[in-house]
Amino acid sequence: MKNPPTTRKIKVLVAKIGLDGHDRGAKVIARALRDAGFEVVYTGLRQTVDQVVSAAIQEDVDIIGINQHEGSHIYVAKKLIERLREVGAEDIPVVMGGSIPILDIESLKSIGVKEVFLPGTPISEIIAKLKDLASMKVK
Amino acid sequence: MAKLYSKDAIDEIIKAYKEWESNVLPEWLSRMPERQKEFTTLSGIPLKPIYTPVDLRDHNYMEKIGFPGVYPFTRGIHATMYRARIWTMRMFSGYGGPEETNERLKTLIKAGETGLSLAFDNPTLVGVDPDHPLAEGAVGVVGVSAPTLLDMEIIFRDIYLGDVTTNMTINPPAPVLLSFYVAVAEKQGVSYDRIGGTTQNDPLKEFIAQKTYVFPPEAAVKIAMDVVEWSVKNLPKWNPISISGYHIREAGATAVQELAFTLADGIEYVRQLIARGLDVDMFAPRLSFFFDSHINFFEEIAKFRAARRMWAKIMREWFNAKKPRSWWLRFHVQTAGCSLYPQQPWLNIVRTAFEALAAVLGGCQSLHTNSFDEPFRVPSEFAAKIALRTQQIIAYETGAADVIDPLAGSYFVEWLTDEIEERAWRYIERIESMGGMLEAVKKGYPQREVEESSYRFQKEVEEGKRLLVGVNIFREEEVEEIRRVPLLEFNQEEIERRQKERIKKVRSTRDESKWRRALDELRRAAERGENIMPYVLNAVKAYATLGEIMDTLKEVYGTYEEPPYY
Amino acid sequence: MKREDIVNFIERAERGDKRALGRLLSVLEDLSLETAWIVEYLASKSGRAHIIGITGIPGSGKSTLISRIIKALRGKGYSVAVVSIDPTSPYSSGSILGDRLRMQEHATDPGVFIRSVTTKGLFGGLSLAALAIIEAFDAMGYDKVIVETVGVGQGETDIMHVADTIVVITMPGAGDDIQALKAGVLEIGDIYVVNKSDKPEASKTYEYMLFVAEKGEVGRGGGWNPIVVKTSATLGLGIRELTEALDKHLSYLIESGEKEKRLVSRRAHMIKLIALKILLESLNSVVEIESSNIMEAVKSMKGFYEEALRIAMLSGKRISDLISI
Ligand SMILES: Nc1nc2c(ncn2[C@@H]2O[C@H](COP(=O)(O)OP(=O)(O)OP(=O)(O)O)[C@@H](O)[C@H]2O)c(=O)[nH]1
Ligand SMILES: [Mg+2]
Repeated sequence: MKNPPTTRKIKVLVAKIGLDGHDRGAKVIARALRDAGFEVVYTGLRQTVDQVVSAAIQEDVDIIGINQHEGSHIYVAKKLIERLREVGAEDIPVVMGGSIPILDIESLKSIGVKEVFLPGTPISEIIAKLKDLASMKVK
Repeated sequence: MAKLYSKDAIDEIIKAYKEWESNVLPEWLSRMPERQKEFTTLSGIPLKPIYTPVDLRDHNYMEKIGFPGVYPFTRGIHATMYRARIWTMRMFSGYGGPEETNERLKTLIKAGETGLSLAFDNPTLVGVDPDHPLAEGAVGVVGVSAPTLLDMEIIFRDIYLGDVTTNMTINPPAPVLLSFYVAVAEKQGVSYDRIGGTTQNDPLKEFIAQKTYVFPPEAAVKIAMDVVEWSVKNLPKWNPISISGYHIREAGATAVQELAFTLADGIEYVRQLIARGLDVDMFAPRLSFFFDSHINFFEEIAKFRAARRMWAKIMREWFNAKKPRSWWLRFHVQTAGCSLYPQQPWLNIVRTAFEALAAVLGGCQSLHTNSFDEPFRVPSEFAAKIALRTQQIIAYETGAADVIDPLAGSYFVEWLTDEIEERAWRYIERIESMGGMLEAVKKGYPQREVEESSYRFQKEVEEGKRLLVGVNIFREEEVEEIRRVPLLEFNQEEIERRQKERIKKVRSTRDESKWRRALDELRRAAERGENIMPYVLNAVKAYATLGEIMDTLKEVYGTYEEPPYY
Repeated sequence: MKREDIVNFIERAERGDKRALGRLLSVLEDLSLETAWIVEYLASKSGRAHIIGITGIPGSGKSTLISRIIKALRGKGYSVAVVSIDPTSPYSSGSILGDRLRMQEHATDPGVFIRSVTTKGLFGGLSLAALAIIEAFDAMGYDKVIVETVGVGQGETDIMHVADTIVVITMPGAGDDIQALKAGVLEIGDIYVVNKSDKPEASKTYEYMLFVAEKGEVGRGGGWNPIVVKTSATLGLGIRELTEALDKHLSYLIESGEKEKRLVSRRAHMIKLIALKILLESLNSVVEIESSNIMEAVKSMKGFYEEALRIAMLSGKRISDLISI
């Protein structure tokens, strides 16, 4: 018997790590992704790296999107990717957005962040990149 | 009352306008069509090509514009405005531990500053101690870490609190930080009537925008009103609340929403305080406001002018306040952080200058200008200096401070002031019909409105309807240039370690039974619904930490978690 | 996905690897006929867990309350899994899963696993995916499996076939909403909770619920009289009473033999959904292949339908038998 074409939606975790409350960007993204047909898990404010990793694993998301605003992006990225590796989930791609200096994009990518979106990046571009990432991921 | 323009004058202008419209304009438009199909302010208010007296045809001068220092204060709350005294250049500052901040404050005081403004780090802002898991990596980053009375004693070491005023940007933990401050002042022998400054202490905007909420809305408002009531009764010089539109705007609201929601927050607080049996003229002069100044120049100026006129009316007509001081809308302005971009960051200097000029033309009482490196980090000294100097150029070179309310009488600015006021009243009516702002916040109404606006703006940027230089037009490859931006560097890990050690020391050296008793008494007072301020002050003096006091209050009042969307 | 990968997930999940369990649940979400054997395997291991359905008015505090319940149950040493069924966003095909947010404080607890599911069942009720996930949690040894569903309106009573204990949540001042509940799950509760009891109008709603419960108009009958509890999820009030009620109901289920019956009902429901899936997929292939020959298609569809129906009737039937048709 034939398998129906899989209609599984792309599941994205949108998270903010730490205490910074600037959630404008995270929420705009969450909504835009929903409107583009994604399943979005939003874990809210004031999350630790461990909480985000646990949520990503339990929800088995395809992509983790982190929105950072207070200069802690490198610190957070390092810890997050380290932790994902520890729990055997390094195959989940991590992307970042927020007020991130252009200069830090290189360091973030060398840590293992797959994409960095600066303020003003068109959402259509973000959506296209996320779709690419999800399709590249081995299921 | 007489109208500004006679009927004859208006008729003549209408006639001439029609002629211009049908005889002059079409030919021009066919040769030089307009750049866009539609022009709007940043808030989406549609704009005509020109404004004339016809747009002000029903204006009564005394009622709408009047004189500075006189109701309805459209032109300013003081009769002399900047001709007597330039606005206060209040630069919000602070980072690291109490030692670093103490040094910084002393330098400022040496330079002649008497108005201090403390920025707290994120753990302090949400009321957790430096050794809480969430505080990791955040201690001292965006402001000073101040979790105990000991920290506050160090922050103000060798600074006599009878001689300075201190602004503290703090919300849910406001009772604790105010108690720290009062306890330090007491230790210095400063009497209560000499303690001056401000606590932000504006809980409603936390739910709408700032998101450093801790307690559920009702409890949050109750606690904030405890601070106001206790302050007006005990600290005659303290401004216990700064009703803030800044964060609402930064979260993506329009100018109209910023204005309307802020005034509606104010209305809610006034009602709450009156319900406690306080006389409106006793506390109203102590209420202050805080707005954003965004990049759409005229809209901002009109917003500030409308704000003064509306609040005066609210206080005089709705609440029957008798003292003119109760009608004043005193406000601080910060230029729009959200209008700054990391791309070609020096452009931020220019943006900030225009925004600051709008604040001055709008008649602010004090002003903070952002540094161009703000999208990256806490400002470097270099960047902060440019920001301060920007204000000084406006004050001393441009002449903008030499005539009071210089844009009054501009057909466009007066029309826009009316338009913004009109639109803001409509929002306020809507909120009133929901039972006031506390109810509206519980229903998620302003949250939803702000989210909508923020989403719409983002879409407009993407569709190229909103142009941002260096971001969606005139983009550049600029990595090399940015490498040259000098950023503030400091050893955060060291500060975090020091703060964790200090709090451990405080916990192990205090009088255990006194500490326990103070927290128990606080809990019971909160359960009984009493004003918590005296008990918080008592707990602070027993060296209870910020986190411990907040946890005690959380047990009684619960905590708040926002839904993912409204 | 290859069979050995799935086997690998199962084995690792059984050893407590949460990453593997998370992956396995995704396989279950996309359950196909080729992978239906997993459900059968899981069913051979499951049957121990206490399945608790939490249902009620939107915004009544279900998720917040579940977070409190998790804390209480963890305190008693139970492991807890949560399946939260998010009604898919009405605006578009995507969705924002919002329940998890209120339970995130338990995310890192090794004895807790929370999973959000968006898929709706064919006729609006619980999806096969949700059922399969419940089965998996049970099989992996979670003591308590909590299922959050929105309980307003018809098509939402599926939870009845699945949960051992049904907790219906309402809140003060929800007059119209209680009417809406009446069209849905109000009748099927084992425990009724009036949440938000910190609100002034709470006692009126509590009295009303007591009245309804005592009149015997509600509940699933048998020897159980529904319990009404007042809680405040935000303040953590009434949680002990609620967990005691849960324990009491579980003892009743075990002693009366109901627990066993409910397990059978749950399996039957799942088999029915699998049968439906087979039917639909077969139908799809029939229509795809032979759409030009309409009568032929209808005839073969009828054959499938009758077969599926027959099998669905036999609740004890092996799932693999179903698949082999
Ligand atoms: N006052 C009060 N508010 C509560 C209580 N429990 C929950 N809430 C609030 O009610 C709102 C909805 O809570 P949720 O837990 O998301 O409710 P829900 O029933 O899961 O909502 P849906 O999943 O959207 O149907 C939130 O703002 C909670 O903070 C309570 O006991 N008292
Ligand atoms: Mg829920």
